[in-house]
Amino acid sequence: MARINLDHIRHAYGPNPKKPSDYSLKEVHHEWNDGGAYALLGPSGCGKTTLLNIISGLLQPSEGKILFDGKDVTNLSTQDRNIAQVFQFPVIYDTMTVYDNLAFPLRNRHVPEAEVDRRVKEIIEMIGLSDRAKKRAQGLTADQKQKISLGRGLVRSDVSAILFDEPLTVIDPHMKWVLRSQLKRLHKQFGFTMVYVTHDQTEALTFADKVVVMYDGEIVQIGTPAELFEKPKHTFVGYFIGSPGMNVLPARIDGSSVDLDGQKVALSFAPKIAAGAKTELGIRPEFVRLGREGMPVTISKVEDIGRQKIVRASFANRPIAIVVHEDGEIPAEPKITFDPNAINIYANSWRVGGEA
Amino acid sequence: MLELKNITKVVGADTHIHPTDLVLERGSLNVLLGPTLSGKTSLMRLMAGLDKPTTGTITFDGKDVTGVRVQDRSVAMVYQQFINYPAMTVYENIASPMRISGKDAATIDREVRKAAELMKLTPYLERTPLNLSGGQQQRTALARAIVKNASLVLLDEPLANLDYKLREELREELPKLFAASGSIFVYATTEPQEALLLGGNTATLSQGRISQFGPTISVYRKPADIVTAKTFADPPLNTIDLVKSGDAFERDGITVLPVPAHLSGIADGAYTIAFHPHHLSLARPHQTAATLKARIIISEIAGSESFIHVDCAGSRWVMLEHGIHDIEPDTAIELFVDTRHLMAFGADGRAIGGSADSHTVRGA
Amino acid sequence: MEKTWNNKAWFMVLPVLVLVAFSAVIPLMTVVNYSVQDTFGNNEFFWAGTDWFIQVLQSDRFWDALTRNLIFSAIILTIEIPLGILIALNMPKTGFGVPVCLVLMSLPLLIPWNVVGTIWQVFGRVDIGLLGYTLAALGINYNYVNNVFDAWVTLIVMDIWHWTSLVVLLCYAGLVSIPDAYYQAAKIDGASRWAVFRYIQLPKMKRVLLIAFLLRFMDSFMIYTEPFVVTGGGPGNATTFLSIDLVKTAIGQFDLGPAAALSLIYFLIILLLSWIFYTVMTNSDAQS
Ligand SMILES: Nc1ncnc2c1ncn2[C@@H]1O[C@H](COP(=O)(O)OP(=O)(O)OP(=O)(O)O)[C@@H](O)[C@H]1O
Ligand SMILES: [Mg+2]
Repeated sequence: MARINLDHIRHAYGPNPKKPSDYSLKEVHHEWNDGGAYALLGPSGCGKTTLLNIISGLLQPSEGKILFDGKDVTNLSTQDRNIAQVFQFPVIYDTMTVYDNLAFPLRNRHVPEAEVDRRVKEIIEMIGLSDRAKKRAQGLTADQKQKISLGRGLVRSDVSAILFDEPLTVIDPHMKWVLRSQLKRLHKQFGFTMVYVTHDQTEALTFADKVVVMYDGEIVQIGTPAELFEKPKHTFVGYFIGSPGMNVLPARIDGSSVDLDGQKVALSFAPKIAAGAKTELGIRPEFVRLGREGMPVTISKVEDIGRQKIVRASFANRPIAIVVHEDGEIPAEPKITFDPNAINIYANSWRVGGEA
Repeated sequence: MLELKNITKVVGADTHIHPTDLVLERGSLNVLLGPTLSGKTSLMRLMAGLDKPTTGTITFDGKDVTGVRVQDRSVAMVYQQFINYPAMTVYENIASPMRISGKDAATIDREVRKAAELMKLTPYLERTPLNLSGGQQQRTALARAIVKNASLVLLDEPLANLDYKLREELREELPKLFAASGSIFVYATTEPQEALLLGGNTATLSQGRISQFGPTISVYRKPADIVTAKTFADPPLNTIDLVKSGDAFERDGITVLPVPAHLSGIADGAYTIAFHPHHLSLARPHQTAATLKARIIISEIAGSESFIHVDCAGSRWVMLEHGIHDIEPDTAIELFVDTRHLMAFGADGRAIGGSADSHTVRGA
Repeated sequence: MEKTWNNKAWFMVLPVLVLVAFSAVIPLMTVVNYSVQDTFGNNEFFWAGTDWFIQVLQSDRFWDALTRNLIFSAIILTIEIPLGILIALNMPKTGFGVPVCLVLMSLPLLIPWNVVGTIWQVFGRVDIGLLGYTLAALGINYNYVNNVFDAWVTLIVMDIWHWTSLVVLLCYAGLVSIPDAYYQAAKIDGASRWAVFRYIQLPKMKRVLLIAFLLRFMDSFMIYTEPFVVTGGGPGNATTFLSIDLVKTAIGQFDLGPAAALSLIYFLIILLLSWIFYTVMTNSDAQS
């Protein structure tokens, strides 16, 4: 268990990086608290795997330092950093049995066989493969392989940190529920520092205390799930978190009210914005109310997705998404209002605080 | 039109696919929804002609294609574990099916760029797949399936490694793309939510049987049996075995739930009552909601929502609540069931009451 | 994953079967024909039954040559297979070194067999050969014509130089197909270099190794050109392998009957040993 500091880390895969676009990681400067559970969220190709590989030592950063509990480990090998990592695509040793696969990381470190047996049995139980313990890992299905991969990451009890790179993608939803709560339990029990990369927001948000959102090689926001949802710092976070993402509408600020292409909306504060900045209003589809009062919209499509309906409409000459409850009705002359507490204002894509 | 008639697949002592009939229309989007090992991949392999069915026939536009090899048919397939040619650039990977079919250079270039644009791969066309992130590699494989312009496109959990937002966009774009080309599009997934977002038709699969096939939303709303209902539920469906007696659902003679209007016509007797987690709530959703006492097992916070696991009337249920509710385990609470959405299933598992408006598929 | 069963596949292999029939079975039948008859020329044949076989099997000459063959193949396999693996493991996987290494490795394989013999014959000569001369200059008494040990060493070194590349290339093909993720996982799991080899690289090379092993066994067991060109089977009979013996019997003495019997026995030994190796190696794969 360790506190991990990333000190101005930059990374480029190619030699001699010059332009910012040569860097896969632009600049990451961040502290991961000892025992923290972090989810790392971001679009494909934003540098999540790169970041994990730098922490575990599989990659040497082009610039910057990594510290474990204040000790510089930048030049230490993966083995010496004592980290467990679960990979994006399952890796299993197919000539070994399921049991031996799980025992492998322990035996390599000369853990006494009795302890190995205890740990392996526990993990094998957790991933639900007890009945296959003595079978060769070769003929297993994709999800079973992934469970073994996950199991190998969890089997050591003495690691500095566990890094997960999308460990549950091919596992079916019902099993995901079980594994997710087991992971949470293990985290409580052993207090590992955990970094968990995922594309699945539910997964990220159930698992982590803190969610780190990455975008184009940089960390754009770190916050609790609620903060990310309610006060996205950057329009990208607003768009990326939540499905559908936040509506972002071009706006003109006028004291403590906004003008959205002719439609006026009152604000609870007067944002201070530098002259010439591009200003936008962000409102989540969940906080747009559809009813008989308010500003007129033209509905183009209603998607019934079971629990709720997503209404696609045009408002102030811009597309807007509105979430309506499954039993909610859609009026003939639809109008919308915004929940005033859920409005965010952005200048050049960054959030402008009113209260803060 | 692809038609499966009485198809089965038996391997050794295991039956992978039980007798199945299925008709897929041209230009349609069809989702195969089921947990892992439910037979999605087996069924797709049969459709593609990679495997030969043990019994039954497969026709395409009326022509019998049962024994026809996959090479001789117009089929594109993307696997869960996708494959790229490691030594070729992304561009060449995408272009490869067109090169094989002998398209001219200009067409190839146009199609490759179009597919790359859709998959957001344009900046990476000159790289080899090994120098890409995981998701970018998978998108390359997808792009290759798209340019093939096959009349049957089979995608086996193709979006599993793609980020959420890209999946959202592709769910919009892919059906349009295939509808325009008139191909039949089959998409396997384990996630009910994904099926709902894709729309189209859904076939729910469980243990090698198609339990129901019909328009996605109606399969979701009116499952023909409890197997379908369970397959089509995430988080898991809440169930409880009760006896209907007059206007009450009882257990051991004690009323647990009132009988809602839409189920008032069914005969007295034993039923399995089921409902989705979002029909359980901490606050009374409307006047007719039923009140129950429960004990908290654990609460999980998922961003704007919470999953609260409760023990209620001896059953373990999940409640999906808006907002953040971190309630201590073992707290006794009162919760509400939105009885308007209750489903009732008979002893044989078939749905009772409420018309099932989708046609079911025979599964012997 | 099961395979699609298709009866048409048999039609595909038909041409190969016909070809094999013409190229192998028919000549083989001729040999069988010779092996059970006696001839004194003039195209007159007498039925000899199993006489020739018994004669061959009872001769010391046969058993000595067979022993030499077995020892030679054993030495070749114990050196070439591990050496091939070792070189393959150390070859670069990316960069401009790859084509350079591959071309260098392929060079010995491209040289015709008899040329290899001649090259080494010249190379090893004490008077004009670079190797022989250097060794002599170093005070090492090296002479493959008179010294049994030197003759064997020369043949073995020649074979290693000629054929290790084949093992290397086959192993290399297996190695490059291993995704990087496996090596990364091994690092995370704290695997030693040996464990990486044992559990990742070896399993991936297993199939090609089997092929390499069989090819090298068959080939080394049938060695002919090299001893024929370099040592001519000597000194004495020290490098008279079955193949050389066969030719001596058939052409040198014109004993066609015993020669035919010998070649059949030779053929059956190779078949039998290859089959044993194959089953043993594939079985261990299926069990563990
Ligand atoms: N071996 C490599 N060589 C060159 N570039 C690479 C290599 N691996 C990744 N990249 C590039 O670096 C960037 C970040 O990649 P990374 O694998 O960290 O993304 P990611 O966030 O894990 O994405 P995904 O969710 O798709 O797995 C990408 O643009 C990718 O193309
Ligand atoms: Mg990645």
